[in-house]
Amino acid sequence: MATSGTTLPNAGPVTGSRSFLSRLRDGDEIARLITMVFAATVVLITLLLVYELWSNSALARTKFGLHFFVTQVWDPVIDQYGALPFMYGTLVTSALALLIAVPLGIGAAIFLAELAPPRTSDTLQFFIDLLAAVPSVIYGLLGVFIIVPLMRTVIFPGLNKPLGFLPFFKGPSYGVGFLTAGIVLAIMVIPYIISVSREVLLSVPRDQREAALALGSTRWESTWKVVVPFAKTGILGSIFLALARALGETMAVTMVIGNTPTISASLFSPGDSIASVIANQFTEATGDLYLQALVELGLVLFLMTFILNGLARLLIVVTTQRGSGVPV
Amino acid sequence: MSARVKWRRFVSNFMLTLTGLCALVSVSVLFLILGYLVFNGGTSINWAFFTQLPKPVGEAGGGMANAIVGSAKLLMAASLLGVPIGFLGGIYLAEFSGSAVASVVRYAADLLNGVPSIVIGIFAYSMVVLPFKHFSTLAGAFALGLMMIPITLRSTEEFLNGVPRYLREGAMALGASKWKTIASVVVPAAYRGILTAILLALARVAGETAPLLFTAFGNRFWSQGWEQPTASLPVMIFTYAVSPYEDWHRQAWAAGLVLLGLILIINILARTILSRGIAVPRS
Repeated sequence: MATSGTTLPNAGPVTGSRSFLSRLRDGDEIARLITMVFAATVVLITLLLVYELWSNSALARTKFGLHFFVTQVWDPVIDQYGALPFMYGTLVTSALALLIAVPLGIGAAIFLAELAPPRTSDTLQFFIDLLAAVPSVIYGLLGVFIIVPLMRTVIFPGLNKPLGFLPFFKGPSYGVGFLTAGIVLAIMVIPYIISVSREVLLSVPRDQREAALALGSTRWESTWKVVVPFAKTGILGSIFLALARALGETMAVTMVIGNTPTISASLFSPGDSIASVIANQFTEATGDLYLQALVELGLVLFLMTFILNGLARLLIVVTTQRGSGVPV
Repeated sequence: MSARVKWRRFVSNFMLTLTGLCALVSVSVLFLILGYLVFNGGTSINWAFFTQLPKPVGEAGGGMANAIVGSAKLLMAASLLGVPIGFLGGIYLAEFSGSAVASVVRYAADLLNGVPSIVIGIFAYSMVVLPFKHFSTLAGAFALGLMMIPITLRSTEEFLNGVPRYLREGAMALGASKWKTIASVVVPAAYRGILTAILLALARVAGETAPLLFTAFGNRFWSQGWEQPTASLPVMIFTYAVSPYEDWHRQAWAAGLVLLGLILIINILARTILSRGIAVPRS
């Protein structure tokens, strides 16, 4: 073991390792125990979090069972709670966000990893990191005062006139709604997609590119047909990571989604999401069942992000290790 | 040159330009945000903003002194909870633990890191608000502190692992015990990286709003103590932005500018000066 003769040449008896008492005297054992307690705290807190979510939603879980996920009624007056509109809102806004953010983010990551000179790439990445540090309430602030009016006056008329016959673009528009929330979410998750995808792309071995170029492919062909496929598992991981962020995002969505539990095909319709209904109603939830229904929503959110984060981590680790052996 | 090759060249150049455009659009968002905040909030920042309490509805003027102090208190208490657990836990992971225990702790930390902030809020509510029977500064700090733990833990571990082996061996060869080696050689060698990571963690929770909504709640006046609700800058921005009052909107922009300015300054300082020559891990 590491504690053999190297530290104290004459300390060990026959076995060569120091006795428990001597380690205790040196303080090693105490230091190990103290730091272990703190490390164990982390595990304990995580377990406690899961337990609290589970036990504090017991009432709602036993009362509604699986009906919770398929009923639309959310009415504190008659004490009936169904999560469907909120799950719909969360999924639609997150899907819209990915639809916008994925092409933009991957495009930018390709530029940063493949084209830009290292210094430019690092500078741009620095700005991307700063962008990731902008708090969500600031995005909400800009959403409320910049994007909401823009939706009402420019984007809605622009889409409703030519495409209004489609259910997705039916009016009226109040500015707030699914699409607005999706756009704000997209802006928020782009930095995550860029950072992780860039890292993954950079870990693709150089000879892959050189081989493709040597065979006469253009720069784009080597990027799109060789480098990106090589990194695609990791890029998928970055998308999952972004999706997990989008699902759990609260403030920005709450400020621009309209907070009306509706299920509507129209992207301009106001809606509600799991996170935003918790944010809006938790403090005013009177009655045990009401509060527990909200906690159950929290549990649902927790499980969704838990699964996505796990998958994302797995995918990213698999790709970067195949590339260069350097974990992210 | 055949038409086919010309076409492929064209496609290549076209697509590569497009990726450049993507990067440009993504980065320009940062400057758009800053520009809007300075344009809309810059004029509302004055001495009163930093020194006065909010005025009652309908009365113009007033400031957010209580929210600024509230945020500072929350962050201070959050660091007192999050930094020791994360830092010492990180030392355990890097220096003492076997790989099986370490992977359990690491897994728990990663899980905690991915929990949506609103769910952290629910947890803090049931752990602190319910037993104390009212919203409090402590509950808010508890929620924020929890969010600091995983970041501090993982980066402490990472930077300690980055300390070269020969430094440890040198100290041990001189007869130092293991904890003495850690305390006087390993940690000092890694402190700049760790400090950077802690600052970044602090900057991250400084803007968190969702976990404060039903823990620290909000307060139009000075908070009366740690067991009382307190105002905070992020929650103030939220309430003011969704309110119907023109004057509150103005102040929300100003608060947004102050908050983002602070967060960006911490980020830039931590990433450029403190971490010179150190690779900062991304959250």
